[in-house]
Amino acid sequence: MTLEVKNLFCERDERVLFANFSFQINTAEVVQVIGQNGSGKTTLLRILCGLSDAYTGELFWRGKALDEVREQYYQSMLYVGHLAGVKGALTPEENLQWMVQLDKGLNKCSIADALKSVGLFGFEDVPCHSLSAGQQRRVGLARLYLSNAPLWILDEPFTALDKKGVSEKEALIASHVHEGGSVILTTHHDLMIPGKTVRPINLDEVALA
Amino acid sequence: MSFFFAALKRDLLLVFRHRNDIINPLAFFLMVAVLFPLGVSPEPSFLSDVASGVIWVAALLACLLSVDGIFRTDYDDGSLEQMLVSSESLYALVLAKVFSHWLISGFCLALISPLVAMMFFLPEQGYFALVMSLLLGTPTLSLMGAIGAALTVALRKGGVLISLLVLPLYIPVLIFGAGTVQAGAMGLSIQGYLALLGAILVFSLMFAPFAIVAALKISVRS
Repeated sequence: MTLEVKNLFCERDERVLFANFSFQINTAEVVQVIGQNGSGKTTLLRILCGLSDAYTGELFWRGKALDEVREQYYQSMLYVGHLAGVKGALTPEENLQWMVQLDKGLNKCSIADALKSVGLFGFEDVPCHSLSAGQQRRVGLARLYLSNAPLWILDEPFTALDKKGVSEKEALIASHVHEGGSVILTTHHDLMIPGKTVRPINLDEVALA
Repeated sequence: MSFFFAALKRDLLLVFRHRNDIINPLAFFLMVAVLFPLGVSPEPSFLSDVASGVIWVAALLACLLSVDGIFRTDYDDGSLEQMLVSSESLYALVLAKVFSHWLISGFCLALISPLVAMMFFLPEQGYFALVMSLLLGTPTLSLMGAIGAALTVALRKGGVLISLLVLPLYIPVLIFGAGTVQAGAMGLSIQGYLALLGAILVFSLMFAPFAIVAALKISVRS
């Protein structure tokens, strides 16, 4: 077991998103958070990342309270949010160099290899603001190829990606899980992870319960 | 330490790609200096009397004008979230961001201040005091301003609020900064003033980054 959530309660604008909500993410598992727009998918992922304080409940990382092991947790977690965190004024290569500085765990392969893997070979010197939306998304997702972190938290990672891009990322998730990693993600896309079943968490049902 | 320089390098690179950011505070500073004598009185004796106050107020407002942008773009494109989930030191990161803001605002203002002083007929013996007071005073302005910027980064219209939050904190720096220049221009000792400005700077350098980090966390997490 890697990440465990106990008795999560969260309300937003006087609407209860989840109450008494407990679940866990195990090693070598893909968890897909599903639910309507506004059902709290992003809120849930932000709570898991420590990017939201608007909840009550307990979070445990490898059996220890998350607040006590926050630094270790951040070293073993990779978060790709709605916003890719890509600077338009910087080139893909400069963006990735900064991301590697920020997260020392991003050293699985070289930046050049990661850019090649996301199909941005030849674009490394172009400022990101002149790339297309999908290409900018790819710059943010290049971190997945670089990451050694066991837990990936991905919020709508496939937005603006083409079909080929999506299936490449699915294969990447499969190999990450094969190596013992865990992934929790939100997407409206029908997820097909080769050789792995995806465990769904339906937030619409959680709210009803 | 290497992380501090990496963060500084990134911020300076971003500034270099958006050169307007450097020109804005400087242009504001120079415009006030040029327009003030036209609007009030071009009389040399009058101008040299008010020089210390006007130059310092212009420098302060130029800093305030640009401080709103310290965290704005990082918040808008999601970089700030990535910084908060990093295991690297946020203290070093924030310090690097404030330092790069100071380099493009306060430091540049201090460099061109003798030119403005000349336009205001400030006695030559006050030049050293002016540059020194700006070099010691403006980093404090950047640090305090960053607290306000961090608190208001999540608000769409933080512009007015940031002035209200930060201006009271700027007043001691303004008083001692302008006082330094006045004393220097009259040929008096400025050591006491500089020591006070230095003390305020050391104090804010030690504590402001903690406040900025806490404010950023509040802004992003709520």
